[in-house]
Amino acid sequence: MLLIPCPWCGPRDEAEFHYGGQAHVAYPADPAALSDEEWARYLFFRDNPKGRFAERWSHTAGCRRWFTLTRDTATGVFESEAGA
Amino acid sequence: MRDVPPQPERLWTSPEPKRSYDVVIVGAGGHGLATAYYLAKNHGVTDVAVLERGWLAGGNMARNTTIIRSNYLWDESAGIYEHALKLWEGLEEDLGYPLLFSQRGVLNLAHSLQDVRDGVRRVHANRLNGVDAEWLGPEEVKEVCPIVDVSPGVRYPVLGATYQPRAGIAKHDYVAWGYARAAAAMGVHLIENCEVTGVEVVDGRAVAVHTPLGRIAAGKVALAAAGHTSVVAETAGVRLPLQTHPLQALVSELLEPVHPTVVMSNAVHVYVSQAHKGELVMGAGIDAYNSYRQRGAFHVIERQMSAALELFPVFARAHVLRTWAGIVDVSPDASPIVGLTPVEDLYVNCGWGTGGFKATPGVGWCYAHTIAHGEPHPLAAPFSLERFTTGALVDEHGAAAVAH
Repeated sequence: MLLIPCPWCGPRDEAEFHYGGQAHVAYPADPAALSDEEWARYLFFRDNPKGRFAERWSHTAGCRRWFTLTRDTATGVFESEAGA
Repeated sequence: MRDVPPQPERLWTSPEPKRSYDVVIVGAGGHGLATAYYLAKNHGVTDVAVLERGWLAGGNMARNTTIIRSNYLWDESAGIYEHALKLWEGLEEDLGYPLLFSQRGVLNLAHSLQDVRDGVRRVHANRLNGVDAEWLGPEEVKEVCPIVDVSPGVRYPVLGATYQPRAGIAKHDYVAWGYARAAAAMGVHLIENCEVTGVEVVDGRAVAVHTPLGRIAAGKVALAAAGHTSVVAETAGVRLPLQTHPLQALVSELLEPVHPTVVMSNAVHVYVSQAHKGELVMGAGIDAYNSYRQRGAFHVIERQMSAALELFPVFARAHVLRTWAGIVDVSPDASPIVGLTPVEDLYVNCGWGTGGFKATPGVGWCYAHTIAHGEPHPLAAPFSLERFTTGALVDEHGAAAVAH
């Protein structure tokens, strides 16, 4: 089980969190202007790296806030831990 | 229980890789091996190498729960999975190799009124597609599988089930070995410990792969790398709508035969069969986050066990012997991606998520055709990469969801 460093509550068990996938995916500024291909990219295509991955988590069973962390998908280590 | 047949010391040779092949397949799991076999057998393409970064069939082929069925909702899925099931039915003879293929049927349980409606709808859809399917009430479920608790007082009562009698299980290692042996006998090179670190693209065309054993030129490059597909495809500049997740499963110790069929429940997230040797084999849903570690969290297993125990009170004293995880490539519509890519001569077979094993012969057949002809096999055509742009998704969350 991951020990997830919530920025407000500190490290908590993964079971308290909801996963939100890749971070920094902005809603298109002008959706109507998008081509089908651009719309597909926005809807369906996300990064899937083996390595550093910035991702969204929500502390649903705690403070209920969303936040962004960077984790290594090959090792499971969060960057704040790696640097600690 | 059937005796497990003895194995000869070597089933295939391990040649030194040549500097060039007509077709290089990336990944010697079930899909890669089946594809190589059908390339050689159906299309006479024998100058083929299957490159594997670890050992043959040591990835998800070694980690799946071996359930075989074809009772999917949509026509496109029924087409390819039923093609696979028909091939399974003749595969031991075709490969001349025992696979312990056992058509013991599958029950997909319904626990709510919506489950019942979905199940009945799927039974009708299956029948229209020539897939055997029946709707069973709770008492009939009990007749097929006496150890399921169908009493009405439980948290998720069994309100009925779909039943596909031709479904079943097979011994996963033997499936891989059977394909490997037959493919090698036709001249296919199976090369283990040879990770593809990059696909070389020149003028929009895949021309070679790079490995620790050197550059290997390829007329065509065909990916069959499951959870690592995104990583390999990225080296060719191809972005795929995949997310890689851990998927956990477990076995109990060896028990007397108590479980005569396969039972799946989407609502409570568990699927159970009893393997030939006697261990109960159970699978869970995926762990929620992206990961390339072949391990998952214990709370997922715990949830799966509590579901299994409610359905099968008889399991209460069984012990978990071993748990593990594979990493699976999940697509947005829970359907695979098979076919061409924006890079010429680069083909993908991925996105099988939690349920690729059952499709092994079918996808091998169709992928081989796609590679040999440079255009999709009709049964694979609906599963093109373009569908995410055109919107023609094959949304199998209803019939597939986590419980493949």
